[in-house]
Amino acid sequence: MSALLQVRGLSHHYGRRIGCENVSFDLHPGELLCIVGESGSGKSTLLNTVAAQLTPTAGAVHYHQKNGDWLDLGALSEADRRRLAREEWGFVTQNPRDGLRLNVSAGANVAERLMALGQRDYGRLRDIARGWLERVEIDPARIDDAPTGFSGGMQQRLQIARTLVTQPRLVFMDEPTAGLDVSVQARILDLLRRLVNELGLAAIMVTHDLAVARLLAARTIVMQGGHVVESGLTDQILDDPQHAYTQLLVSSVLTT
Amino acid sequence: MTAAIASPAMLELRGLAKSFELHQQRDTRLDVLDDIDLTLHAGECVVLSGPSGAGKSTLLRVIYANYRTSRGAVRVRHDGNWLDLAEATPHQVLDVRRRTLGYVSQFLRVIPRVPALDIVAEPLIGAGVSVEDARQQASALLHRLNVPERLWPLPPGTFSGGEQQRVNIARGLIVPRPLLLLDEPTASLDAGNRQVVAQLLEEARNAGSAVLGIFHDEDMRDRVATRLFPMRPMALA
Repeated sequence: MSALLQVRGLSHHYGRRIGCENVSFDLHPGELLCIVGESGSGKSTLLNTVAAQLTPTAGAVHYHQKNGDWLDLGALSEADRRRLAREEWGFVTQNPRDGLRLNVSAGANVAERLMALGQRDYGRLRDIARGWLERVEIDPARIDDAPTGFSGGMQQRLQIARTLVTQPRLVFMDEPTAGLDVSVQARILDLLRRLVNELGLAAIMVTHDLAVARLLAARTIVMQGGHVVESGLTDQILDDPQHAYTQLLVSSVLTT
Repeated sequence: MTAAIASPAMLELRGLAKSFELHQQRDTRLDVLDDIDLTLHAGECVVLSGPSGAGKSTLLRVIYANYRTSRGAVRVRHDGNWLDLAEATPHQVLDVRRRTLGYVSQFLRVIPRVPALDIVAEPLIGAGVSVEDARQQASALLHRLNVPERLWPLPPGTFSGGEQQRVNIARGLIVPRPLLLLDEPTASLDAGNRQVVAQLLEEARNAGSAVLGIFHDEDMRDRVATRLFPMRPMALA
């Protein structure tokens, strides 16, 4: 199977401080990869550098486009970057308020990315939006409400609908369930798990929650101080951690 | 096929060793397995025997690549070729698990909000079977394992231990795989349900699967085992 994304020796430094250092991995189509570690470990920096939101200090990311060509993300023009973000990628941010447009309706939030791809049929867009609201368990009767009146969990589900409606090939997610109640979290994780399977998405997800990694990701990367200290099968990393830091992380989880 | 024709080997363990290094416990090292050699053939059911602490569960987890191999080889026949799981990439291991190597533990890992029927059907869907067919086969298997139909649409979090275990067995056996690892899958089942599991294993063996398992219950062991593999706890270093 050929990879969707190849990351080689990727580093991003903030001045003299290390954000992430010398990271390499492949991501295959249909695969969800988790990046775990405590805050400040460089997880989000790595995610944003891979997604060409931050400029690499060293190393390269190659992306296998829909048309079959490999694209060197380091040599990407701003126009190409925008095109990829619009047509082939999706982003889910930790705070849904960063990913949503709060002053327009829920339906418009879902339809907007489709409109950016050239869909103009108002009735059809509204049908699709209604279908996606249902899919993320938001009452379609709220299609004309602005998300400012939604709970945090609903806003996050709306952001997921807005992102996935264009059926992106690759989704970047930064702590999508952090800061939500556990019951709300379980619902979003179940939704993500189902949608990732149904749509065959490839995704990279940053999380500090090892249980999230176990539930969603076949492979995991563990980061500490900007470095990858361990990577491999999620169940192997959680059940037989090799590195001292991973052992500390795993042994620090409360079990009920 | 007659018994005179030797069945092909499906799994070869050579010089297998496993130690755990506990960095948080002053780098204590636990040696659990050393120099294990075992060959498992198609149609066999080898039962690991020995006292607790002998490393039986650890051995199954090392073979499944849930634990990393410290030394030696775990060769699995996958698509007709031998692959050493101790050296394989994560993507190769995942492919072997999807199609060749199954593992049934004692406990069901419950997924919040997912109904029992879907938990059982999921591995089939992952293997490319249509959702409709997968649900049908899952129903048939749950029915055979005497899981009441009214439970099928519910997430198994609230089921009894025995019910959860039967859901877990159904999930583990629903995709026919050439190599099966079983860690006490019948521990909390009554005699009737143990019989059902024994039958399912016999059918899998007759279809050519090789089985490696742990069964503490002697009746069960006598019923399913074609051979025992004795294990002893390692002397404390």
